[in-house]
Amino acid sequence: MCLAIPALVVEILEQEQAIVDMGGVRKPISTALLDEVAVGDYVIVHVGFALSRLDPEEAAETLKLFAEMAEVISDEIP
Amino acid sequence: MSGRRDIFARRLDLVHGCVEMSHGGGGRAMAQLIEELFLAAFDNDWLRTQDDCAQFAVPSGRLVMATDSHVVSPLFFPGGDIGCLSVHGTINDVAMAGARPLYLASSFILEEGFSLADLQRIVESMARAAQRAGVPIVTGDTKVVERGKGDGVFITTTGVGVVPEGVAISAGRAQPGDAVLLSGPLGDHGLAVLAQREHLSFDAPIQSDTAALHELVAAMVATVPGIHCLRDPTRGGLASALNEIARQAGVGMRLREAAIPVREPVRALCEFLGLDPLYVANEGKLIAICPADSADALLTAMRAHPLGREAAIIGEVVTDAHGFVEMETAFGGRRLVDWLSGEQLPRIC
Amino acid sequence: MKYLDEFRDGALARGIAARIRQEVEPNRRYALMEFCGGHTHAICRYGIEDLLPDNVRLIHGPGCPVCVLPSGRLQAAIELVERERVVLCSYGDLLRVPGAHGDTLLKVKARGADVRMVYSISDALDIARAEPKRQVVFFAIGFETTTPPTAVAIQQAQREGLGNFSVYCNHVLTPPALRALLGIAPSPSVLPSPLAKEKSGTRVQESVDGFIGPAHVSTIIGSQPYEFVAADYRRPLVIAGFEPLDVLQAISMLIRQINASKAEVENEYTRAVGAEGNRKAQRLMAEVFTLRPTFEWRGLGWLPNSALAIRPEFAEWDAEHRFDIPAIRATDHKACACGEVLRGVKRPQDCTVFGTACTPDHPLGSCMVSAEGACAAYYHYGRFRQAAAS
Repeated sequence: MCLAIPALVVEILEQEQAIVDMGGVRKPISTALLDEVAVGDYVIVHVGFALSRLDPEEAAETLKLFAEMAEVISDEIP
Repeated sequence: MSGRRDIFARRLDLVHGCVEMSHGGGGRAMAQLIEELFLAAFDNDWLRTQDDCAQFAVPSGRLVMATDSHVVSPLFFPGGDIGCLSVHGTINDVAMAGARPLYLASSFILEEGFSLADLQRIVESMARAAQRAGVPIVTGDTKVVERGKGDGVFITTTGVGVVPEGVAISAGRAQPGDAVLLSGPLGDHGLAVLAQREHLSFDAPIQSDTAALHELVAAMVATVPGIHCLRDPTRGGLASALNEIARQAGVGMRLREAAIPVREPVRALCEFLGLDPLYVANEGKLIAICPADSADALLTAMRAHPLGREAAIIGEVVTDAHGFVEMETAFGGRRLVDWLSGEQLPRIC
Repeated sequence: MKYLDEFRDGALARGIAARIRQEVEPNRRYALMEFCGGHTHAICRYGIEDLLPDNVRLIHGPGCPVCVLPSGRLQAAIELVERERVVLCSYGDLLRVPGAHGDTLLKVKARGADVRMVYSISDALDIARAEPKRQVVFFAIGFETTTPPTAVAIQQAQREGLGNFSVYCNHVLTPPALRALLGIAPSPSVLPSPLAKEKSGTRVQESVDGFIGPAHVSTIIGSQPYEFVAADYRRPLVIAGFEPLDVLQAISMLIRQINASKAEVENEYTRAVGAEGNRKAQRLMAEVFTLRPTFEWRGLGWLPNSALAIRPEFAEWDAEHRFDIPAIRATDHKACACGEVLRGVKRPQDCTVFGTACTPDHPLGSCMVSAEGACAAYYHYGRFRQAAAS
């Protein structure tokens, strides 16, 4: 339910705020729900709040898994 | 104006002044507003006569007339303002019949208290737009309403044009087998305006695409006179325009999402807000429907023009008793591209 | 757009879809429920069902906070804004939902009430600071994804001593709703579980074989709270990311579990969800909210310990404390089948008024208004299939 999107932290502001960038669109959001946020982190943003960090390694693993499944199939289909 | 008795004691204060009720009263104050603000910007032979109407010879051919009211808020937005929007909007409506726009009329409803400096900015923007397009504003009207009864300014523009011989463009002509083309990326205008609204506070590199399309249309019609249909996807976006055409013509359509251009910041802001770019307004784009064997030639003609550089063939017209506009998603599934219900609102879910 | 586009890739989709086709047992039927309305929306918007074999069926679940909000609670907000002349701030999703007599927040706004759409509760705080003479009420809805932001805002309001800001709290919880769907509530719910072809004391038979678990609720609560689905009710649950490839992959993982007669909680959305979730967010929620003993869910009835109220320490920022907000029982339209649709008993097209008396322009029930309500999603993205079938 919850429309949330991955965005890149580009600037840390005072008072638990940060500016994120997604596809060239920037917005100030609250980082009050996370302990430490650094420039360069990707976060999941929902209603103006960062809910969690996105783990780039896990993301890469997941994509690799998708690719493996897709490859296996194309190998098996004559 | 030289040699005439100057009946105005003092020039309008275009820096700090505001619209007053007397500016719509028909007396000296109104005459001054018209002369020093409107005529100064729009200056041309018709307006110089200071008649209440414009007289012109009518070229032979079928005449086209269109009218549009503009109530956009905010009045100024990245890439444009209500002024140039109103000029482009009506030029485009006329052009969508394949016609060459000839003349524009514009009437203003001004709210008491509206800043004259802002009004001048808007009027000068209109003048520039009209001049660049080569379509003069030849007559107009001004009214003033009390403070609180208007949103700053409302503008209504009406345009006339003439359709060249051999061109018969109308939604009803779309036929199964026709190709559907789009002149460029979707969603810029609607999001440029939306991003300005309070409490959204998005910093988005998105500018309105407001533009006069008549020269692009002229190039298209010259290459493919047999174009069946032209439409500019304004309010309600591409989806609404295609559903309207499908309904008028009694057909359906099949689109390919991967072929529909949308710029990245537009996609990104739509993602943030849960909006669908297919429903966002455009003010400088058009849809063309033509016989399949002319599609490539038409595409080439569009891409050769600055306003059509990113044109694409996005789908085709089909037989469909329900009039559905369906789309193959970039993911490989299918979805309906339905009529818009109400107004598209940002969502959390 | 990074971390979005890669998860929407059509070529990978074909690959995973082909794998699913290989993995399904041809004579077996798979009924999978996606709990979350956001997943319902993604499934319809991308046409994911077109990539699935015929014996895999997706059932839309009740994880749409707008859809499960009883119309009485919405009607109370409509009456509040008219009666008390507050500034009512609301997410866009709620503006067209019908309360009693078909009234909506948009209609009451048209009648002159000060209803303002906001993207974030932070915007409502800004309005309260900017307009100190007005009472600003934020209409809070949402599952565990949307609740922590409300907690942060209430604590912020307290720190600032913001005296003109309050929250009308309608936050609800995911695990109790899942329990209700599986037919086990500690006390009987008003409506029998559709999934139990039951006799009390015997093992229940359920018609849903597995669950696609919510993406962003899970970033907050983690994967642990779903263990009961696997352990107690012997159904697999796979937490799926929000993008269509995530959903397809989760479906594939569910099918594999079902084939192997497994029932485990798996996590497909590892890039954003951990077992523990967001501990800080959970702590903040616990600081600000407490469980309501019971709360009415459209379609699921009265569920105990399923919704949140604002703690007494923060009563000053609780709109139900500041204003007199009566409990309103608004009955749904007689023909409205939202309740059954929310429980997955009926498909949208099975409702007698779907697409005729009830459309997005004239919705009778909330499933047709919310963008991710099953009926709206199917109407908006998928009803050509109904026409093709007939």
